[in-house]
Amino acid sequence: MAAESQAQVAGQGGPSHGRRILLIWLILAIAGDLLIWFALGPHLPPGNMTTTATEEQGAIKLMSVLSAPVLVLVLTYFVYAMIVWRRRDGDDEDGPPIHGSTRVQAAWIVGTTVIVLALAVFGTVSLWTSHGAGAGEGPAPIWNPPGAVSTASAQQTPWAPGKVLQVQVVAQQWRFTFRYPGLGGFETTELMLPEGQWVQFNVTSIDVIHSFWAYQLGVKADANPGVNNVAYTKPTQTGLITVRCAELCGLWHGAMFDYGKVVTLAQFQAWARASKTELASVTSLLPPYATTYDSTAIKQLGPVLQKLGLTGAGGGYYPPQDPAQP
Amino acid sequence: MSLPVRVGTLLVAFLAVVGGAIFVVIQYFLAGPVVVDYTAGVTPGAGQQVSIVLQEDPQNTVTNHPDWVSYFIQDPKTRQWVHTTLFRVPAGATVHVTILGYDGCTPLRNPFWGKVTGTVGNVEFVNGKPTSVLNSYATCSVGHTFSIPSINLNVPVASPTTLAANSNLCGTSPCTSGPHTTVTFSFKAPTTPGDYFWQCRIPCGLGYLDGFGGPMQTIGYMTGQMEVAS
Repeated sequence: MAAESQAQVAGQGGPSHGRRILLIWLILAIAGDLLIWFALGPHLPPGNMTTTATEEQGAIKLMSVLSAPVLVLVLTYFVYAMIVWRRRDGDDEDGPPIHGSTRVQAAWIVGTTVIVLALAVFGTVSLWTSHGAGAGEGPAPIWNPPGAVSTASAQQTPWAPGKVLQVQVVAQQWRFTFRYPGLGGFETTELMLPEGQWVQFNVTSIDVIHSFWAYQLGVKADANPGVNNVAYTKPTQTGLITVRCAELCGLWHGAMFDYGKVVTLAQFQAWARASKTELASVTSLLPPYATTYDSTAIKQLGPVLQKLGLTGAGGGYYPPQDPAQP
Repeated sequence: MSLPVRVGTLLVAFLAVVGGAIFVVIQYFLAGPVVVDYTAGVTPGAGQQVSIVLQEDPQNTVTNHPDWVSYFIQDPKTRQWVHTTLFRVPAGATVHVTILGYDGCTPLRNPFWGKVTGTVGNVEFVNGKPTSVLNSYATCSVGHTFSIPSINLNVPVASPTTLAANSNLCGTSPCTSGPHTTVTFSFKAPTTPGDYFWQCRIPCGLGYLDGFGGPMQTIGYMTGQMEVAS
């Protein structure tokens, strides 16, 4: 029995295990990939509400399609070996020695190298074409959509359809607020976006480090005090948005979430007009718009506050040039 | 080692482990601020009303953190002030809130929170005067805030306004005298039972990272929960 097994493994007169495994793997891999692409793919996160979400979903689909055959190969070999090369009754001999195969090793190295390099190229192209794929690109992004602007004065230029909509995301324990500098500079707790328009998120924090994660938009950018972290997206469908903080930020981090909407252009413009009017009384109290949020920029500290020795908000602000804290 | 000694040792060790576990459960999981119950005698549902009374103090002389600012809640039965920030209201009830602001003024980190939202009429009454926005930078006007983010409730709690008052704040908690401002407002409790956290948005945890540590992150001081009961 042992000699027979050894002969079979060595391919001396036995069935061609390699061909069997290859055939089983090929059938399962093709079936798995078709299922992933057509059945599972459309349901993979984060959906396809925006250009960036669609790009991310496509990347996850591609990664799944590429990795599934590898998983199937390992499992096929594993199950095949357990069934075909299992120990028989009365067989107490050692298995045949295994020798390295230069051809197999070379094929493995070349194959995996090609896959990794191809994915690197795919990822880079994807970042380029989707203008950062919804990730925070820092204060000086390099994958900008046409019309994106970086200075505070340019971001305050009145917005019109076709231009990049500027939205400042202000993170604070434990709520996000959103400021629209091109729509009169009002700040609100509602994230409202127009369908079919490019959006530039300028993400910052006024206290500790948070992370702005708008799941359905496929946007995720860290919110750091004193830093403007820019991310882009273009909504292609109307619908609800869930915003969560993705950086542990204190006692109520788990409750730091918000909801928003992507609406039609007409609905967005109506909402913007109403919000500007409704929030006018508090908009006049906000600090001048800047790409980061510095409440010490407010130059109207009252006489009683000054006499009390106060120079700004309590607790000390987190100056960009000096992150050290007491 | 004899059998009785071994059995005795085993029993002692067993009791020590069980006792330690009980201590941990009591000390860290069961101990904590009490919940002030405003549901007694109130039938849940629309049309029901409860009145809750809080005060915020510049210090806290009833705990081992005397320099931490703190809220207190008045027990509706005994009228005694309780050092807690947990309270229970009926689902769907109209909640009438009175906050006695004994602490002095501090500018808001984000002036946006100077706007009253989520109350009936989006208004609060400062010493009886209807107010919808407080400018915490131009005048000495805001001591703390009372905010429940999940129902978009934000109320800047007014402070004593004059230099003299701010230099002579109440020094013993809970405060019963001294300069203060009375803020009243009403809001609708959610119809869905659950715990809704509330917080202050003034960075009043002096000495901590950006003022948002210590009392700002500790239940029983400047943050807590509103328990909505079915």
